[in-house]
Amino acid sequence: MTGNWIDACAAGDIENEDVIRFDHEGLTFAIYRTKDDLYFATAGLCTHEAVHLSSGLVMGTIIECPKHNGRFDFTSGKAKGAPVCVDLRTFPVKVEDDRVYVQIDV
Amino acid sequence: MTNETATGQIIIVGAGECGGRAAVALRERGWKGKITIVGEETLPPYERPQLSKGFLTKKDETSTFGNADSTKFGPLEIKHLVNVKVESLDRAAHSLSLADGRHLFYDRLLLATGASARRPSIPGSELALCLRTRADADRIKARLSPEKKVIIIGGGLIGLELAASATLLGCRATLIERNDKVLSRCAPISIAGIVEARHRAEGVRFIFGTGVKSIEDRTDGLLVSTTTGSTLVADVVIAGIGAVPNVALAKAAGLAIENGISTNEFLQTSDPDIYAAGDCASTIHPLLAGVRLRLESWRSALEQGERAARNILGEDVRQGTLPWFWSDQFELCLQVVGLPQTAATTIERWLSPDALLNFHLGGEGRLVAASAVGLLNLIAKDIRVAEMLIVQSARPDPRLLAEPGYRLKTLLAA
Repeated sequence: MTGNWIDACAAGDIENEDVIRFDHEGLTFAIYRTKDDLYFATAGLCTHEAVHLSSGLVMGTIIECPKHNGRFDFTSGKAKGAPVCVDLRTFPVKVEDDRVYVQIDV
Repeated sequence: MTNETATGQIIIVGAGECGGRAAVALRERGWKGKITIVGEETLPPYERPQLSKGFLTKKDETSTFGNADSTKFGPLEIKHLVNVKVESLDRAAHSLSLADGRHLFYDRLLLATGASARRPSIPGSELALCLRTRADADRIKARLSPEKKVIIIGGGLIGLELAASATLLGCRATLIERNDKVLSRCAPISIAGIVEARHRAEGVRFIFGTGVKSIEDRTDGLLVSTTTGSTLVADVVIAGIGAVPNVALAKAAGLAIENGISTNEFLQTSDPDIYAAGDCASTIHPLLAGVRLRLESWRSALEQGERAARNILGEDVRQGTLPWFWSDQFELCLQVVGLPQTAATTIERWLSPDALLNFHLGGEGRLVAASAVGLLNLIAKDIRVAEMLIVQSARPDPRLLAEPGYRLKTLLAA
């Protein structure tokens, strides 16, 4: 078993091209919705100074940390340059019956 | 200067975040010659913003204090000379003399010498602590224990951050400020009011319209005499009254100085082989109608360090980002982008009873700056959108700006 699918939120809870925070069993995640209504999930905290990415701005598939403008591609978790150099962990997401599920291997 | 030359040497004076970013950016852009970075501190480049905030209040010291760039010095073969001062610069010989007697020769030089904390020019000023380096922060941290009476001189960002940190550590903080309000240099009065109220709610005392005349070391503590004739006793006095750019080396070498080391929009000094960047440099800002500015901010230090590196390697990159800074005090976050003082009118957008975003409009209704205070998750997205609107020279409808339910991002596409 690679992890449980956790019901995180309703598909409509996240605005178009935006992000929300999702906490589960002491862990925090960021769940994203793109302009094309695709959903993604990453670890919730910036790898630079542990700021919640859900407070940051989504532009395309980039999430920008609200504190120091560190940028990540949330579809791959890739860090996009100084001040961030450590990639974000990503998690599989599926949408069923208007609910967003995140696969968390804990 | 071309990337293919493997023989030249680029020297960076100053191993702060600006110098460190420049060194790594030179390698990222393909420079194969030598890179030497000379610093007066013993540490690799590290993030200074934490020194007045989390570093003071957190018990656990991070074991890896350096920033992301500093971890790449080894693999990228960037030579970092620590704990050594550059005594002089001989431009004709393209050489630097170090305090330990060494001489270094450069093909291109970057001055990233930063700034120093301004000390009050009063009797007993040596009794006041200042904050600039990790060593300064260690000295302050060692003295901030519960119930200590702490006097902070200066109601700017550093003074307020220190007051908040001291309070969080259980100290009793009093802040003395010459003006009649806090943040008079960097934030609008509406924001200053919210910040001051938050501090008062935590027990910080404010004494406005008052300067400090002298500090004396008495048996019962430090005696602080004010310009209005009162005296206060403190265990710790910290001065947060601004910073002065480190220009002595450049000045002695005959480089043009104008509120810092004067550079053109490419960060080149009056000597074409010498660049300057970060807190020590003043430069022309293309996004702000060619105003000459010296910025003391974290983002600017990184941006200019990277840009100086690229221009040294033959690019002609002008500044594409606006002045921007943040501050954290208690749970409040303050962010300012652009120069609010250049605006004609201000539109307020209240995001919650204690979260305010100001849009500062210039002539013809163009957005020129934005400033905000509140919880980070309330203000951060909007201020970032505001920044993009400023860069677009947008003239947003003031009624929409004032409406907190209106999604600001919609204006970007307009």
